[in-house]
Amino acid sequence: MKKLWKGNEAIAEAAVAAGCRYFFGYPITPQNEIPEYMSWRLFEVGGAFIQAESEVSAINMVYGAAGAGARAMTSSSSPGISLKQEGISYIAGADLPCVIVNMMRSGPGLGGIQPAQGDYFQATKGGGHGDYHCIVYAPSTVQEFVDITYRAFDVADEYRNPVMIIGDGMLGQMMESAEIPPMRDLSTLPNKDSWAACGHSDGKQRLINSIRFEADELEAFNDYLFKKYEKIAEKETRYEEYYNDDAEYIFVAYGSVARICKAAVMELRSEGIKAGLIRPITLYPYPSKIINDTAKKPYVKKFITVEMSKGQMVEDVRLAVNGAKPVEFYGRCGGNVMMPADLVKLVKEGK
Amino acid sequence: MKIIISGFGGQGVLSLGKFISYSAIEENLNTSWLPSYGPEMRGGTANCSVIYSAEEIAAPVIDKPDVLIAFNEPSLVKFENSVKEGGVIIINSDIVHLKTTRKDVKFYEIPVDTLASAINKRGANVYMLGVLLPIFKDISEEAAIGAIQHVFENKPKVIPSNIECLKAGIEYMKQRI
Repeated sequence: MKKLWKGNEAIAEAAVAAGCRYFFGYPITPQNEIPEYMSWRLFEVGGAFIQAESEVSAINMVYGAAGAGARAMTSSSSPGISLKQEGISYIAGADLPCVIVNMMRSGPGLGGIQPAQGDYFQATKGGGHGDYHCIVYAPSTVQEFVDITYRAFDVADEYRNPVMIIGDGMLGQMMESAEIPPMRDLSTLPNKDSWAACGHSDGKQRLINSIRFEADELEAFNDYLFKKYEKIAEKETRYEEYYNDDAEYIFVAYGSVARICKAAVMELRSEGIKAGLIRPITLYPYPSKIINDTAKKPYVKKFITVEMSKGQMVEDVRLAVNGAKPVEFYGRCGGNVMMPADLVKLVKEGK
Repeated sequence: MKIIISGFGGQGVLSLGKFISYSAIEENLNTSWLPSYGPEMRGGTANCSVIYSAEEIAAPVIDKPDVLIAFNEPSLVKFENSVKEGGVIIINSDIVHLKTTRKDVKFYEIPVDTLASAINKRGANVYMLGVLLPIFKDISEEAAIGAIQHVFENKPKVIPSNIECLKAGIEYMKQRI
């Protein structure tokens, strides 16, 4: 049944439904409703919630729980996610699954607490050190927060890879109608006995860490990771097309901004201007192919990337378009949010 | 339907918005409730943007509201020019003593604190919810009662007086619309 859910709380309940029983975090606005909800909810379902002494501790607790085979999760917002990067790199290096939520706020530094999308580079291009990637999802509605969080734990387990879900303060704080999927039966979750430090591996030592001092051994692991990323790109890339069949002006935007673009598309179309939208749902792997294919269509005049940043995803759009069509950028920063009318004006003036 | 509700923090601006969203859910409509959050709330103004629709809700932000409800003067000044042509501006005239400068909207001055306090001193928001229903047209009294029952699930004692406020609000507006 559909209920009114706050974005942050919907993520928390969807995680519980997905079988997450361990949450480690440290408070920061605008995502505090996630740990707050988990702090009572996990006890109801026999799990554990720990408010760690810092973000660094929290991510390392996730590392430990993931190593022991649990479905574990942490959440934070931009400055706190920066603190977690070392741990995320270690988790990637130890080949472990987990789910990390970043409800982005404006930066750099402590910045402000209003919505922003300035962590795109951090989320998709590494963030921590070394050659690795998180699988990065960017939901745009509270229902999609739910559906993606529910699935994120399966994806993380399937590929043994950290999954990052990025939203922003607007999506985290808003309420919308959404439906939570049924509670997963824990006995049906993937069996991790073949690799987890689960205490019953017939007395054989099981070492889960990210140290590989031998060059060849480490290179082989790097190759393995990137083979895995290729498979993820092939199977897990997600995007939404919106009124693209005949669109001459294509917005590219993710998360809450994509919704503002949708409103602009409708308004432009009501005035006879053919606009459309490509909304990446996965930011890594990036849906480059659909953008590249769209760029080749003769009637497409240009791409307009819209972000709450000074222009980060626009680099991936340019790579995908590869010079076939002009790629423009429009961004707002500091917690300011563009309005559909701003985008309508942009298209009409630049036409 | 796109609604902006704005006033001082503590006037129940955010909770009136929630009442609308809960009522919309009762009608099986899609709805979004987007609050201003953070320091803005502590210093002075709070506002929320509420949308309900049978269709998918695209932008949760509102640049042209159908209805503006201003609980203080800065809110009227800040948002009145954004209201859609032919839209509605409602002020709480117990607090707001300005008139709108707009000539192309319907303007209602409602002393909602005074009117509600005869029934329930804390009922101004629900009274205002009642005022809004004849304007909305597509949210029924039953749906709003359902929302009240849901919000006050843990305080069943206050439900009857809130329903009374709702009904009084509906009657008030029916006579003026």
